[in-house]
Amino acid sequence: MSYNWAEVFRGVDAAAAVGPLATREERKRGWFRQLREGLTKSRKALQDQFSSILLDKFDEDLWERVEEALIYADVGVDTTISIVQRLEQAANAGGIADATQFLSVLRAISAEHFCAADTRIDVTAQPAVILMAGVNGTGKTTTIGKIAWHLKELGKEPLLVAGDTFRAAAVEQLTEWGRRVGCEVVRHDHGSDPGAVAYDGIAAARARGADVVIIDTAGRLHTQVNLMRELEKIERVVKKQIPEAPHETLLTIDATTGQNGLIQARLFKEAVNVSGVVLTKMDGTAKGGIALAISHELDVPIKLIGTGETLDALQPFDAAGFTELLFDESLLQG
Amino acid sequence: MTVPHTGCKLPLSRRAGWMTPPCARVAIKMCVLRHRATSLPTKEDMFDSLSDKLQGALEGLKGQGKLTEADVERAAREIRLALLEADVNFKVVKEFVSKVKERALGAEVLESLTPAHQFVKIVSDELTALMGATSTKLSFSPRPPTVIMMVGLQGSGKTTTCGKLASFLQKQGKSPALIAGDVYRPAAIEQLKTLGRQLDVPVYDEGDQVDPVDIARNGVAWARETGRDVAIIDTAGRLHIDERLMDELVRIRSQVKPHNILLVVDAMTGQDAVNVAQQFQEKVQFDGVVLTKLDGDARGGAALSVKAVTGRPIKFASTGEKLDSFDYFHPDRMASRILGMGDMLSLVERAQGAVDEKKALELEKKLRKSQFTFEDFLDQLEQVRKMGSLQSILGMIPGLSAGKLKNLQVDDRAFDRIQAIIHSMTSEERRHPEVINGSRRRRIAAGSGSDIQAVNQLLNQFKQMQKMMKQLGSGKMPKNPFQMMGM
Ligand SMILES: Nc1nc2c(ncn2[C@@H]2O[C@H](COP(=O)(O)OP(=O)(O)OP(=O)(O)O)[C@@H](O)[C@H]2O)c(=O)[nH]1
Ligand SMILES: Nc1nc2c(ncn2[C@@H]2O[C@H](COP(=O)(O)OP(=O)(O)OP(=O)(O)O)[C@@H](O)[C@H]2O)c(=O)[nH]1
Ligand SMILES: [Mg+2]
Ligand SMILES: [Mg+2]
Repeated sequence: MSYNWAEVFRGVDAAAAVGPLATREERKRGWFRQLREGLTKSRKALQDQFSSILLDKFDEDLWERVEEALIYADVGVDTTISIVQRLEQAANAGGIADATQFLSVLRAISAEHFCAADTRIDVTAQPAVILMAGVNGTGKTTTIGKIAWHLKELGKEPLLVAGDTFRAAAVEQLTEWGRRVGCEVVRHDHGSDPGAVAYDGIAAARARGADVVIIDTAGRLHTQVNLMRELEKIERVVKKQIPEAPHETLLTIDATTGQNGLIQARLFKEAVNVSGVVLTKMDGTAKGGIALAISHELDVPIKLIGTGETLDALQPFDAAGFTELLFDESLLQG
Repeated sequence: MTVPHTGCKLPLSRRAGWMTPPCARVAIKMCVLRHRATSLPTKEDMFDSLSDKLQGALEGLKGQGKLTEADVERAAREIRLALLEADVNFKVVKEFVSKVKERALGAEVLESLTPAHQFVKIVSDELTALMGATSTKLSFSPRPPTVIMMVGLQGSGKTTTCGKLASFLQKQGKSPALIAGDVYRPAAIEQLKTLGRQLDVPVYDEGDQVDPVDIARNGVAWARETGRDVAIIDTAGRLHIDERLMDELVRIRSQVKPHNILLVVDAMTGQDAVNVAQQFQEKVQFDGVVLTKLDGDARGGAALSVKAVTGRPIKFASTGEKLDSFDYFHPDRMASRILGMGDMLSLVERAQGAVDEKKALELEKKLRKSQFTFEDFLDQLEQVRKMGSLQSILGMIPGLSAGKLKNLQVDDRAFDRIQAIIHSMTSEERRHPEVINGSRRRRIAAGSGSDIQAVNQLLNQFKQMQKMMKQLGSGKMPKNPFQMMGM
């Protein structure tokens, strides 16, 4: 997969995109592919060995391995069943001739389970407002730094809003990201009202002509009713100033999250207008399959992938790449 | 109190606090039901626990004879699904289920139990045994300071846990110190220092330009010199596959030889918990686990996975962002949580800790005679408050996962308001609320800083509650809590 960062955002002028993002060819190859290549060294040999085998009889072992691969990836029981059923239909209809085809049909069916909505980040408005939300420690603040850096590289002026006034040193953390990116951070004192900071942030962006306002929020468990109300309130405060805003509300989901991720996403979506998911920490060994379940069952697009702790460790989401990672050739090996 | 229109036909006893002593039960119910409740759990939700599924799978079986292979197979399927849904690693599930099957096959079904109940018992016993055989105590060094190092993935809760553990040990009379060994994450040092300030615990740091190995060594020496008896080292979050950073932990370990290395694991972790735990175990050999974010509604199957693959005990449970939401880990509670049966035991224990037995008995007598007054009610409120925040109490009730309680606004301040109103009543009024006329209501409202509507509401609800009490008092409540859980 190759992509251009200017196309990851809606409202960015590709011609204005200068700096490392435009020149770093290697990055464009996509992280999924890089990772997969690292994982399976003898991939090609394996492929040759198996593509010739005719899968006229689908043995139970293979089905079980498919299921296990899905469960192991945290896709969850319901979505796993849905994928396997569709695969069975395809097999019964005679649409699968050999092992290579089996794998590609499986990947395609899985990829189709992702919500098909636009995965781009909309920053066309002036100023555009992005609200970050998610449970504790999933990567909200870090992701804000990354998005801001990319925007800056693409010629946009971001402004960060320190809406986490609760956690120890959360403001200082965002301030440090702002310093690294080279953009302004609007902050209030620890313990102050997050709605008020959001308000000031948008006012400041207007006054100073910033292009994109990115609002950090405190980590909160979806089960904490009062905190979910607080999040709703932040959204309302934003809307009061700009009725169409937030133009993006991004929910961070940690790739290591299990089945609880689905409930998280559902409740965050009920509270605020979640427009997309950022799947963080994909640089670990977790497969992030809960994102598939979330996207499938809640109809939310996965928009970005976090792949590390540095400013450039961010990738646009790609369903095909994701499913390639989910099912590598070793699946056929048994 | 007001029984809201929820379409929920379950007896109240199933919704809240049915295992708590009666007096606490009433007050919980009161505050739960006072609030707008548009989505109390439906019957389906309530029965969505493993025990109910097993009930379904084993339907038709009498409580006699032996379980056949087919019965066991059917039940095993449900157990497998339940554990997978609870995020127990699938390999661990496989092994576990075959063990349960072995035990269940041919087991005599006790007369007193349904086959489903019997199965739940086997599963829950096995789970508890698997999770909790070894000691959960920290090891303390005879030559202070005892060194504790916190390790784990990014964002799992290490820094917060450092603060919590310091506070926990402080309460036990120790004098802990914190060492800021995370030089990578922006503001990590500031975060630890903030926690230190809140607790009045000294924090050692050397900024973020120094090798964490040196910081750890110097920090421990400093703790010794300043007479602290515990030194807790915070480390940066790291991936188990990050060789450079894993090696850093190995170097810290060989430098300062911590007496306890604790792996901090997020309770929401899925299947990958096994990889993480295995790798940390291989490289740094941790001694125990801290399971965090248990205040949410994650089943926490990762706890089982980690224990199963490393053999290391879960030592502590972390249940909130505040520094006092921290306690020893209880394997039996975790077992029922993983099985979707709520954290019943915690609830019972808290209730037992908070509720005065004698008063409870007295109250029960009064209930039966319908002599329940505002005085009693105030008493109950105070007892319930001792159990912790209402939100945390509700979270422990099976079927009442906070997700389902979403629209049920549980506000601890409601307690304050009610208490204030009752405090503004004369003792005559508390004992005989029927004397509270219009002018008394206005006086009470003014005295408690609330409005007349609030007073009216409380009085109305109290009247209804008395009615409800009469019903409860007349013995309509089932006695056996398991029976009430649908088991
Ligand atoms: N490996 C890896 N670590 C990440 C990634 N994204 C964030 N992190 C790390 O995860 C930890 C938590 O990140 P934060 O950005 O503080 O998370 P948060 O959601 O803002 O946390 P709270 O505000 O406390 O709820 C930090 O150590 C980050 O460096 C990622 O994509 N990969
Ligand atoms: N709800 C809840 N939040 C918790 C709990 N423990 C920690 N947190 C929150 O989780 C987030 C991450 O906690 P930290 O202590 O910063 O995690 P960490 O492991 O030190 O993170 P890194 O240093 O970035 O790897 C913060 O928002 C904490 O407030 C808990 O038991 N319950
Ligand atoms: Mg944050
Ligand atoms: Mg930390």
